[in-house]
Amino acid sequence: MTPPDAATMRPPDTRRVLDVSVLPRTVFGHQGLIWWGTAGFMVIEGSIFVIALVVYFYLRLQVTDWPPSLPNPGLFYGTLNLATVLLSLLPAYIAKTKAEKFDLAGVRLWLTILVLFGVAAVVIRAFEYFALNCRWDDNAYGSIVWTLLSMHTIHVATDVVDSMVLLTLALTGPNTKTRFVDYSENSLYWYFIVAWWVPIYVTIYLMPRWL
Amino acid sequence: MSEFVHPVERRMTISAADEERLRTQLERTWYVPRGIIGWCSVADHKTMGKRYIVTAFCFFTFAGILAGLMRLQLAVPNNHFIGPDLYNQIFTVHGTMMMFLFAVPVMEALGVYLVPLMVGTRNIAFPRLNAFSYYVYLFGGVMLVVTMLLNTAPDVGWFSYVPLAGPDYTPGKRADFWAQLITFTEVAALAVSVELVATIFKARAPGMSLNRMPLFVWSMLVTALMVIFAMPSIVTCSSFLLLDRLVGTHFYNPAEGGDSLLWQHLFWFFGHPEVYIIFVPALGIVSSIISAFTWRPIFGYSAMVMSLVATGFIGFGLWVHHMFATGLPALGLEYFTAASIVIAIPTGIQIFCWIASLWRGRPRFHTPLVFVLGFFAIFVLGGLSGVTLASVPFDLQVHDSYYVVAHFHYVLLGGAVFPLIGGIYFWFPKMTGRLMDDRLGKVNFWLLFIGFNITFFPMHILGLEGMPRRVYTYPDNMGWNTLNLVSSLGALLLVVGGALFVYNVVRSYRWGLAGSDNPWGAETLEWSMSSPPPVYNFLHIPVVEGRCALWDRSADAPIVTGIRSDVREVLISDVMDAEPINVAEYPEPSIWPFLCAVVTSGFFIGSIFTPWALPVSILPLAVTLIGWFWPKKRDRERAIEEQDEDRRLHDAA
Ligand code: HEM
Ligand SMILES: [Cu+2]
Repeated sequence: MTPPDAATMRPPDTRRVLDVSVLPRTVFGHQGLIWWGTAGFMVIEGSIFVIALVVYFYLRLQVTDWPPSLPNPGLFYGTLNLATVLLSLLPAYIAKTKAEKFDLAGVRLWLTILVLFGVAAVVIRAFEYFALNCRWDDNAYGSIVWTLLSMHTIHVATDVVDSMVLLTLALTGPNTKTRFVDYSENSLYWYFIVAWWVPIYVTIYLMPRWL
Repeated sequence: MSEFVHPVERRMTISAADEERLRTQLERTWYVPRGIIGWCSVADHKTMGKRYIVTAFCFFTFAGILAGLMRLQLAVPNNHFIGPDLYNQIFTVHGTMMMFLFAVPVMEALGVYLVPLMVGTRNIAFPRLNAFSYYVYLFGGVMLVVTMLLNTAPDVGWFSYVPLAGPDYTPGKRADFWAQLITFTEVAALAVSVELVATIFKARAPGMSLNRMPLFVWSMLVTALMVIFAMPSIVTCSSFLLLDRLVGTHFYNPAEGGDSLLWQHLFWFFGHPEVYIIFVPALGIVSSIISAFTWRPIFGYSAMVMSLVATGFIGFGLWVHHMFATGLPALGLEYFTAASIVIAIPTGIQIFCWIASLWRGRPRFHTPLVFVLGFFAIFVLGGLSGVTLASVPFDLQVHDSYYVVAHFHYVLLGGAVFPLIGGIYFWFPKMTGRLMDDRLGKVNFWLLFIGFNITFFPMHILGLEGMPRRVYTYPDNMGWNTLNLVSSLGALLLVVGGALFVYNVVRSYRWGLAGSDNPWGAETLEWSMSSPPPVYNFLHIPVVEGRCALWDRSADAPIVTGIRSDVREVLISDVMDAEPINVAEYPEPSIWPFLCAVVTSGFFIGSIFTPWALPVSILPLAVTLIGWFWPKKRDRERAIEEQDEDRRLHDAA
């Protein structure tokens, strides 16, 4: 063991310690661990979206007509959905700020509104399938368009169910502080899903008109 | 907010009684549950890591037996021991299993076991996800084994090219099993990668800034990131194949605007990085072994890190070299030739750094180091034949011949399996508390090394003499008889070598020499605790003072206090400098990830047979997921603790 240090008069056998008991137990954002899980999965899913979009353009190069001998998709429902999800960013944002202030009442309210927007997006999505004006087994164009739309729908639906579960938890408790991190991350994930709808919307609905 | 809170540095007395109390409490808190339900609930990275490793070696054995059967079949011309249909299944399952169920998972498994120990934390990040990924991997692998035993295994090669694998040329379910196996293994690999990245970035012990991270951890980081960016591509392409086969989409059907080359692009955009996903962790193993057996830090740490990262990047720019024979435009091919040669540079740099390390140090030639030297010899040859293949005219000559089979076994076995076995010899004492027999180990090495070269070297020549790969037999008069027989005899040696390895593992596990905490005198943190490590890993989280955590540790090295030991708290630090910034609480063991994996697997397998699998499994899937995240007893306690704390703060103010 180290000899007693005469200068500071410290007793033998003491050890240098780094006391971390003062550090926060609940953190939001990239300082915390949960964020890294969410971010990791966003990167993975984002890469899958990128690849699916690349496939769309790759398939475009294989044929002369686009859409190949099929009508263009109808714009109405897709655009309506775009408006809906863009608008839903507001409740998502407010829910996030409320969560970060541990404001339970606020979380309950804005999460409910977010869930309603999500349900609306899913319902509108159902009509979008009919407006595509093609079937997945018509040709490769139909296949990729249906797949892109469905990949995004799966994300929307999953996050709506997620939000519903979180809402239930918010209503029943116990609401630990880390639960508020979940509420906040939920909005982050929703941003991600909304953000991806923009390029996918452009590809599905506008590219057939431009290319 | 948290930026302003800093841990407090001071001195305190920690008596032996304090430590004893801490130890008992940590043991209780981080318990590993027992019993059958307990077995399925474990969330400890060491238990899961060991299971992962053992499972991967079981698949290795199965695929190795298949390889033995192939060599038996090819030993003599006009052999009718195995018919063409069975042979197709055997090489497909051999390749698929070796790549997806052995090589990648076993490396990630080592990471699951070692990374938390090396970075100085108590468990892997997201431990339940880790358990889930293991079961998904296990069930997927079992599915493939079952199809093989039932004689309905995939038979379209390990890269399952369309149109052969499409609905027109492979009716039935065989190719679906292949595609779904990919889904299983990708889900597992992606989950593990996210856990590893999070652990490495956020859970390092104080002081372990990025530029002090052990090279093995660097290699796992690069690997995990490569998985995250490469695997989405194969997830997409195998899902498209399933859709083409099951619901009639036309992604790969040229008659309806699809394209078969699309498959090859997507597959190899993943498939080439895959090679590095297998190989980069092996580089980390090699560095660990060399520094331990020379008692010196690896020469050129920064150069090593840079080459690892560079390999990660360049690995994504090479995929077209697998498609030289497809008639793509020549200008494009030249770029890919150049890139394929460029990637030899970072690997070359690392090899020189290792040689320099060995040169300066006084290496002790124990079994692990001997395997590393074997790796050098084999890998350099494999790398050379790889550079020859990067030349388009040459590739056109030997494409789909045994030359290619020889090449990739030199890289895969030489580049990954030899370091891996060396790594097992190296870390076995940590995992079990016992040393493996060194004399047997050396016999083991020579059997494998000689057997390997006798098996695979003749394949180069066979390829140049025109023997195509994937043929179940060959006529008598081609001049291939002797070399094939030699190759098969070599495989016999490999079998003996493999059996000796298993024998040595089993024997040492039972009766091996008891090893100390740090039998090799190595420098990384996993050697600082008892062998096998206690459930909580570190009694005190250490503060790291240099690149070689144990060698650079001063007599008065600080330790971390203030992490609760009655709940599963872990220290979270900042990405660059590993400064402690907050404390997270990990979940308790739980059966839900297992149940969720069962339902997920049921869904994956069911969907091969009917689209109804989706609606049928949605409900159970939702139930298991909700069960997974539903508040537990600990959440209620925690809510109360937090209220008390808030009240206390309020009163104080
Ligand atoms: C243990 C000793 C091994 C032996 C004796 C062996 C033998 C063989 C043989 C003879 C073939 C060629 C089959 C043919 O084209 O007809 C083959 C193919 C292959 N092997 Fe191995 N192998 C061994 C280990 C490994 C390992 C460790 C890996 C990967 C980590 C591996 C990956 C592959 C792959 C990917 C193929 C290509 C399968 C295909 O053509 O679809 N092998 N192996
Ligand atoms: Cu390659």
